[in-house]
Amino acid sequence: MRVSMSLTVNGVKRTIELDDPRVTLLDLLRERLHLTGTKKACDRGQCGACTIIVDERRINSCLALAISHDGAEILTIEGVAQDGRLHPMQEAFIAHDGLQCGFCTPGQIMSAIGLIQEGQAGDDPERVREGMSGNLCRCGAYQGITEAVLEAQNLVDAVNRRKVA
Amino acid sequence: MKTFDYVRPASVREAVAAASEPGAAYLAAGTNLLDLMKGGVTHPSRLVDVSHLPNLDRIEDLADGSVRIGALLRNADLAHDRTFAQRFPAVAEALLSGASAQLRNAATVGGNLLQRTRCAYFYDVASACNKRAPGSGCDARGGDNRLHAVLGWSENCIATHPSDFCVPLVALDAVVEVEGRAGRREIVLEQFHRLPGDTPELENMLERGEMIVAVRLPPPAARFAAHSRYLKIRERTSYAFAVVSAVAALRVERDEIVEARLALGGVALKPWRAREAESILIGARWNTSLFHRAAEAALAAAKPSGDNGFKIELARRIVVRALTLATAGTPERIPALPASPFASVSGDTIHA
Repeated sequence: MRVSMSLTVNGVKRTIELDDPRVTLLDLLRERLHLTGTKKACDRGQCGACTIIVDERRINSCLALAISHDGAEILTIEGVAQDGRLHPMQEAFIAHDGLQCGFCTPGQIMSAIGLIQEGQAGDDPERVREGMSGNLCRCGAYQGITEAVLEAQNLVDAVNRRKVA
Repeated sequence: MKTFDYVRPASVREAVAAASEPGAAYLAAGTNLLDLMKGGVTHPSRLVDVSHLPNLDRIEDLADGSVRIGALLRNADLAHDRTFAQRFPAVAEALLSGASAQLRNAATVGGNLLQRTRCAYFYDVASACNKRAPGSGCDARGGDNRLHAVLGWSENCIATHPSDFCVPLVALDAVVEVEGRAGRREIVLEQFHRLPGDTPELENMLERGEMIVAVRLPPPAARFAAHSRYLKIRERTSYAFAVVSAVAALRVERDEIVEARLALGGVALKPWRAREAESILIGARWNTSLFHRAAEAALAAAKPSGDNGFKIELARRIVVRALTLATAGTPERIPALPASPFASVSGDTIHA
């Protein structure tokens, strides 16, 4: 079986010759497109390390078949910094020590960016923790992660207020 | 993972034809199916990808007052639809108490109904499991079974159905619309999932090739918006399946309950409607002792299937709590920790 498919990954259109229907988006990114920022940990949808944004929604890329996502727009951790400047969420994770070993961090950051886009948590730490519960951190950096997400949310709110004013 | 043929049909009719072949399985988001395939629990020879079929991801108001939910609507999109969540707050709360944000963003309505049990012995291909390999036995009996069924189980299978979403749906008399080779038909959700009996490998009433196209809530389901709660006990605060859960949906006039719906999750291989308990509640003045009698009735037939006798008392208590909170009124906004019995509810309740 050979299937030609296309994806827009971090703004760049990629054509892929897929030779196996079993390939997940996670394995496609890591092993075929060599974008290894997205991490593979449990590979079963339990840890969130593989979180990416597909068509503006955060999902577990380990549980998504690549072949089913022909034409999709994908954002990974490699695509969030712009013009050599870190994404505000990345800055906030650094500022608040939202990581220790760093392995879960790409998934945490993509999930946090998705959380803010969804607009359900606001500045409530309890809602942020609940909204981030699909991302496990074995180092236990949860407090810093929550603080980072809240700071990034405040930044977004401030920018939105300036736009309105 | 065993390899498979991948088919992407352009219509429901094509999908049904492709999925009627032996060894075929439907693929929507795949959040449960791919997990099972990676573990070698299931190994379909053909995947029929229905995730791109048009017009199956809508919420429609029908002329008779019913609400039809398309089978391909994502769990998160249903839960966050403002109109839907206001009319059916317990359904939205149940959805948001399940899985993680990433999974809810992908998983579909139809897929939620068709998800498989999370019994560890079903997942472990080295264990005996009558559901996975009929006739092989059940290693959950005598195994680690503190989370297994206390209602409707058999010697052949003591697994539970894991869905939160299905619990309020069954309480609200939801109907499943399915399409197969013989055309369209409807199955009441309460009769959709089967109890294990002697054939735990048969999980629902779908015939080969049949596909869920929608779930429908009949007009009376919207009467309970002001007094509805779903509560769920988990072994961690978030992102866990129910140990036990309950939905209470009431219509209250002054101090009298005029209409009552009650269902339990995590206790059986199907979402468990507690009709005897409902009949005790209807027409009665609400108070704590009434709720305790309803809870006794809801669990009257329960018996432990292993080290899980505690679930019976836990289920009674969650029923009392759900009835108490439903009587107090639906919160204006779903709590930060949806369905958590430990969450404090701030703000006003809906007065309808």
